[in-house]
Amino acid sequence: MTHKVMTEDEVVGRLRSGMTVAIGGWASRRKPMSIVRAIVRSDIDDLTVVTHGGPDLGLLCAAGKVRRAVYAFVSLDTIPLEPHFRAARQSGAIEDEPLDEGLFHLGLQAAAWRVPFLPSRVGLGSDLLRDNPRLTTFTSPVPGPGGREPEELVAMPAIELDAALCHLNVADRRGNAMFLGPDLYWDDLMLQAAPTGGRFISAEKVVDTAELAGHGTLHQMRISRMMVDGVVDAPGGAHFTLCDPEYPRDEAVQRAYAASAKSPEAWAAFRAEWVDISEDEYQRKVREAAA
Amino acid sequence: MTGGDTTGVHVTRAEVCVVAVAECFRGDGEILANPIGTIPMIGGRLARATFEPDLCMTDGEAALIANDRAVVDPGDRVYEYWNPYRSMFDWVWSGRRHVMMGATQVDRHGNQNLAAIGDYARPKVQLLGYRGAPGNTINDTTSYWVPNHGPKVLVPAVDTVTGICWDRAAALGDGSRFVEIRRVVTNLAVLDFETPDRTMRLRSVHPGVSIDDVVAATGFDLVVPPEVPSSRLPTATELELIREVIDPDATREREVPDPD
Repeated sequence: MTHKVMTEDEVVGRLRSGMTVAIGGWASRRKPMSIVRAIVRSDIDDLTVVTHGGPDLGLLCAAGKVRRAVYAFVSLDTIPLEPHFRAARQSGAIEDEPLDEGLFHLGLQAAAWRVPFLPSRVGLGSDLLRDNPRLTTFTSPVPGPGGREPEELVAMPAIELDAALCHLNVADRRGNAMFLGPDLYWDDLMLQAAPTGGRFISAEKVVDTAELAGHGTLHQMRISRMMVDGVVDAPGGAHFTLCDPEYPRDEAVQRAYAASAKSPEAWAAFRAEWVDISEDEYQRKVREAAA
Repeated sequence: MTGGDTTGVHVTRAEVCVVAVAECFRGDGEILANPIGTIPMIGGRLARATFEPDLCMTDGEAALIANDRAVVDPGDRVYEYWNPYRSMFDWVWSGRRHVMMGATQVDRHGNQNLAAIGDYARPKVQLLGYRGAPGNTINDTTSYWVPNHGPKVLVPAVDTVTGICWDRAAALGDGSRFVEIRRVVTNLAVLDFETPDRTMRLRSVHPGVSIDDVVAATGFDLVVPPEVPSSRLPTATELELIREVIDPDATREREVPDPD
């Protein structure tokens, strides 16, 4: 029986510069922030980040770790626009691969199913086809619904990943895991799209397999150990993003993070206070601030 | 001149906007009414509470709920369906949805920009991104909400087309058969595309706003019909629903402050 428990730094040790990495969660919700912070502290860079973007992408941009962003939106929820990502875009520091949210879904699904693309109507007529040259159109090889003439469609190419990083609520040591909030987002799709050896989750709790189901319902058991290569025991690991039902977003820390985009000095100060410290120290600071 | 003192009760600009949003959903039947934003959500709820009772609506998160109140605490939600993010695309792609999106820019043809101001490759201002706009507009009925009607928002041509317009749809032929850009509701007026060439037309002006005000606040030549009606005021029942049931905290007044 394979146990897969490891630390954030051990996850980072399996990553390499230049990789394409998907990060789960959504905007400033249930992001694997403890692993993201460990990447920031490492010497890995030149990453292509695939994400429903929030502070994961922003933090990596601020730290100069990102070569290319693949995303449909980047937001901090309560702060609608992500200031570190904006700065990176506006200074030309990163390459940009925009997607529509639905095409993003199809790209991950295509990778998971090992097909080169999936078809869609989405993108036709918009500037997305101008701004993302990987998107092409083709004439359907079969008639349209109801026997219509074959129509022009968009081919959404598989988003090929080297790794996926997600934060779940409860996991066992083998990699089975559950989400307990209202939405899994696309964590399972990302883990299924990534290759064996590159699929990592952190979790609020790591429990025995026999106890796992007792933490929720059968329907929430959506991450199988067949999708996971490493499990990090990371209580508070999504902080400062929200992690339903364990904790809400820490708006004070998020505001400090957002404000640190104002100048290199402000970013250096935020980084020293909240990133260049051990995960134990980080969680102690969070507990002290809450006390 | 004040907005809506005809009934003896002062109706705020925000309340006129709520009714104008609700009217966008008239006739939609049993589909997902998906207005995004404070006043759009209140307007959608008003439509469902009155003349479109079969509409389905979200809790703004991962469920469809039956509540009339716009923003509902999780414990008070009357759930109809678990609707996680991924399920949303089942509605988007099947066309059983009318979305009302925001727009940082919208042009005379109804193109929308949510992604970037300036040259996309190296934007002056990076915005949210394409979000779901290409998929929404090619698949579903779409309306827009503009709480800050001005020449920098209603522009001759958007910098990046995230949501497509009637014009671009026509160029696609059969592939665009599901496109319907229905209406643009702003803090000053209601606009539509019911013109021969599908360019933007002034449909009604809100009480207290002149046609000249709207023309001056629009960055392109708006089609102005010979007769422009005043935007409809809420009925007494609608006003009570807005104030007592749907938005008792008056969040609408913070999004569009009353000019009076």
